[in-house]
Amino acid sequence: MTWVSFFQQIMNGVSLGSLYALLAIGYTLVYGILGFINFAHGDVFMLGAYFSFFMIGVFLLPWWLGVIIGVALCAIVGMSIERIAYRPLRDAPRISALITAVGVSFFIENLGLVTVGARPKGFPRPELMKNVYILAGARIQGVTFWVPIISVSVLLVLLYLVYRTKMGMAMRAVSKDMETTRLMGVDIDRIILYTFALGSALAGIGGVLWACKYPQINPLMGTFPGWKAFTAAVVGGIGNVVGAMVGGFIIGLTEIMIVAFFPGLSGYRDAFVFTILIIFLLVKPSGILGETLKEKV
Amino acid sequence: MENDLMLRIEDLHVFYGGIHALKGINIEVPAGKIVALVGANGAGKSTTLRTVSGLVRARQGKIEFQGIDITRESAHHIVEMGLAMVPEGRRIFPNLTVWENLLLGSYTRRDKEEIKEDLDWIFRIFPRLKERVRQKGGTLSGGEQQMLAVARALMSRPHLLMMDEPSLGLAPLLVKEIFNIIRDINQNGTTILLIEQNAKAALQIAHYAYVLETGSVVLEGRGKELLENEKVRKAYLGEE
Ligand SMILES: Nc1ncnc2c1ncn2[C@@H]1O[C@H](COP(=O)(O)OP(=O)(O)OP(=O)(O)O)[C@@H](O)[C@H]1O
Ligand SMILES: [Mg+2]
Repeated sequence: MTWVSFFQQIMNGVSLGSLYALLAIGYTLVYGILGFINFAHGDVFMLGAYFSFFMIGVFLLPWWLGVIIGVALCAIVGMSIERIAYRPLRDAPRISALITAVGVSFFIENLGLVTVGARPKGFPRPELMKNVYILAGARIQGVTFWVPIISVSVLLVLLYLVYRTKMGMAMRAVSKDMETTRLMGVDIDRIILYTFALGSALAGIGGVLWACKYPQINPLMGTFPGWKAFTAAVVGGIGNVVGAMVGGFIIGLTEIMIVAFFPGLSGYRDAFVFTILIIFLLVKPSGILGETLKEKV
Repeated sequence: MENDLMLRIEDLHVFYGGIHALKGINIEVPAGKIVALVGANGAGKSTTLRTVSGLVRARQGKIEFQGIDITRESAHHIVEMGLAMVPEGRRIFPNLTVWENLLLGSYTRRDKEEIKEDLDWIFRIFPRLKERVRQKGGTLSGGEQQMLAVARALMSRPHLLMMDEPSLGLAPLLVKEIFNIIRDINQNGTTILLIEQNAKAALQIAHYAYVLETGSVVLEGRGKELLENEKVRKAYLGEE
């Protein structure tokens, strides 16, 4: 392997990892606050791609505007899911919420299959992503570096929101102790809605960037990235925002490196990621950055 | 203002499933005073405060705060109205810094400048917290956490501050310090409703006190009077 192609693989890994990171945040935020895995999250990722597809391809909006509306719609969908499906179960056993999440996921996927059909659609990519640049003798497509640049910027914005704003402070407080957070005068229903909006918007951005990278979209496209991002969240320490990002990059880079160094094993790349998931769940369920399993009062 | 009522609890009934935890209690807290709530474990003291702050719902009865019915009000509105609570067991946020814990206490306020002044005031009362502002709440000692819990509640500038066993688990010297602080806070104009296991200390600083037993008020009177009361001495002060 030449240095140039090694560098390209690293770029690929970072790029894929940043997408997993975007998606993993949503799993980790919801788990941190409500204590269950939001299985519908991967489907919101898919919706991000489709909403943007329709805005750009059908309503013929400029690319950037279509994406902004698409992502905003994802946030609205996320909040609606919370409001309609999860909030009534706030005091029910976790397993009820978990099963409901699976149900919501099936609902969205099947609604997608019925309405837009299973046939993949070509995602309209902007010129920026399609252009080919020559860098150190290597031909690099715009998407290779625009995807990580955009997603890392979004991740930085998220870190700012979580660690430097009043709302973020309330989110971190709710995830530790919901009742005491209420005693601070925080309307926790609002914080939870905001959390879903934030996580879903990130998933939507992830979906759009994913579609720029792999421009064939279908209603089930969120499933595997969703599972891998969930793995990333577990690896990083579920409930921990920075952990989800670290986990995302680890999973992305590992996956790409396996394929790069052992091309014979490339058929097993998915299996490999899920092996990591199983190993972590068995050996270190608290993940790399997680505290030893959080106890909820 | 002397005779104004800060809080009035009327015929309050609370159930946990089948357990009848509060059986029609009546409590009044006059503005500007310290009122203590004493009683054995499981008497319903915490339940009373938790119901007032909106964490637990009453089955029957009425809670009035500054003349306004708050029986069905949501917890965060109650805080906004000026009623804060130091919960049982400190419950500071271990993952937030001391600074953030304090800011969260002022969550309902918009007056940035005054929040800053209040932080200065808090740091004068609790100099130890000032040295530890950047530290995570979870790394504080038990006593420091208790101070943070009190300081955090004060940051909402409450008219009424309810404290659930603020001296629990503290060394005698710290207990004294906490009680001095409670007295100071009260002299600065904050009304206080205090739960204490340490009945003696509580009755000494309280203007008025209620004794709770298995969900009912069995005795009430001025703090000093209850200290003299035979029954109280036997049951709560461990005297023969
Ligand atoms: N969440 C709950 N679910 C069921 N029962 C409860 C709950 N909280 C309190 N109880 C019961 O209600 C009664 C009153 O409890 P409460 O916590 O108010 O007592 P307390 O006077 O504060 O006691 P302590 O001095 O031990 O703190 C007890 O019998 C207790 O077991
Ligand atoms: Mg109690």
